[in-house]
Amino acid sequence: MKSVTKAYQPISWPMKGAGGDTGSWRTHRPVVDTQICTKCQLCWVYCPEAVIDRNEITIDYRYCKGCGVCATECPTGAISMEKEE
Amino acid sequence: MKAAQVIMDTGAHAAALAVKSARVDVVPGYPITPQTSIMEAVAAMVENGELNARFIPVEGEHSAMAAAVAASAAGARVFTATSANGLLYMHEVLHMASGGRLPVVMCNVNRGIFAPWTLWADHQDSFAQRDTGWIQYHCSSNQEVFNTILQAFRVAEQINIPIMVNFDGFAISHCLMPLTLPPQEDIDRFLPPHEPKWRLDPAHPSSFSNVTNAAEYAPFRQMLSDDIMASIPLVKQAAQEYKDITGMWDGDTIDTYLLEDAEVVAFAVNSMAAELRLSIDILREQGIKAGLLRPRLYLPFPAEDIINALPQNAQVMVLDRNYNFGHPGGILASELKSVLFGRRNDITVKNRVMGIGGIDLPRRFMAAEIRAMMDE
Ligand code: SF4
Ligand code: SF4
Repeated sequence: MKSVTKAYQPISWPMKGAGGDTGSWRTHRPVVDTQICTKCQLCWVYCPEAVIDRNEITIDYRYCKGCGVCATECPTGAISMEKEE
Repeated sequence: MKAAQVIMDTGAHAAALAVKSARVDVVPGYPITPQTSIMEAVAAMVENGELNARFIPVEGEHSAMAAAVAASAAGARVFTATSANGLLYMHEVLHMASGGRLPVVMCNVNRGIFAPWTLWADHQDSFAQRDTGWIQYHCSSNQEVFNTILQAFRVAEQINIPIMVNFDGFAISHCLMPLTLPPQEDIDRFLPPHEPKWRLDPAHPSSFSNVTNAAEYAPFRQMLSDDIMASIPLVKQAAQEYKDITGMWDGDTIDTYLLEDAEVVAFAVNSMAAELRLSIDILREQGIKAGLLRPRLYLPFPAEDIINALPQNAQVMVLDRNYNFGHPGGILASELKSVLFGRRNDITVKNRVMGIGGIDLPRRFMAAEIRAMMDE
């Protein structure tokens, strides 16, 4: 008698998108006003999805989940949350 | 070659000796009667250096199973033990062990469930964990407890599914019986070191049980379900190879006694099934062709082996030490009927609940119950 098993374990490895397609959750999109932004990098510190580029302060919308933490933490009010279409 | 050693010991100590023989790495533990004697014995073995393992005293059973999950994910061979409400308190984390495909082995020393409080054996606790995705053995002697823990580690590690080894509080856990301890080199041959394909390792970062979307989640559940069924041949193989190496046999998925020509078949698990052999002898002396079928595996329920083993036109007397609330009888009877339905319409199933909360089940009482059931 033979046993067939895949013994498949729920494991993931650190890589971009390992948490899934979190951008699909977004109802509001953070938009950075580069005229106001001082590049203080606080939004980069706070973003729970690590989707803000530290130097450019650009956002990867494929994985940004739209939580708005960055907009709340931004000391200059440079980030506005705009409703998705 | 060293000979086996025969000692007198309790079921709880038999479990602890099996843990030592299995060379377990990590043992998280929290005391609860009647399981406490296992943890005390294992803790003493770790303390005096007989067992090279890490003992983790935790603050409750939920944490005990969480520590077991974490240690198993880190690649350790892990054992813990519990009873009754301790098992119920673990319930959520039991799912984490099975869904995470972690080969933890745990003894549950069967005890009735609060409320009201009781300390003594029935099978409500283990059967209430039916849908957690754990494989469950139920044992009827101290020796079987020892043998089954070793077989359980082997099967669990082959198929990455946790296994619960159940046996009755007090009747097994606290009573002395002769216990044969095979030479350690034989056990090492049967149970090689645990070498998981994956483990949590800071040198190779990975994460465990991340969030999944529906399309990812469903296949994990399907594979767990399939692999639980696929464990049956592994359980048989483990029992057979254990017998080849040690000469000891407790049955594989099922255990039978005088079953071949039986017209009346007693169907029960754990210590009452050992006593039932004596009830069968009484019934045979009275001219009744009686036999015993004891499912050693409760989960997966060994449907094919039961269907193949039951003699033609047998009356099966299911003696349940638990309640199937919302139905008139016990849980084993429901499980049995569901596998016989449409497959063995020649079989009659009758059911009684008995022995709840440790009420003694002597051989004459059970023989008389079976006789009375024949007239129903
Ligand atoms: S927190 Fe605001 S000001 Fe600071 S870098 Fe981010 S967007 Fe710019
Ligand atoms: S909305 Fe949330 S996820 Fe998106 S960039 Fe801001 S903090 Fe990060």
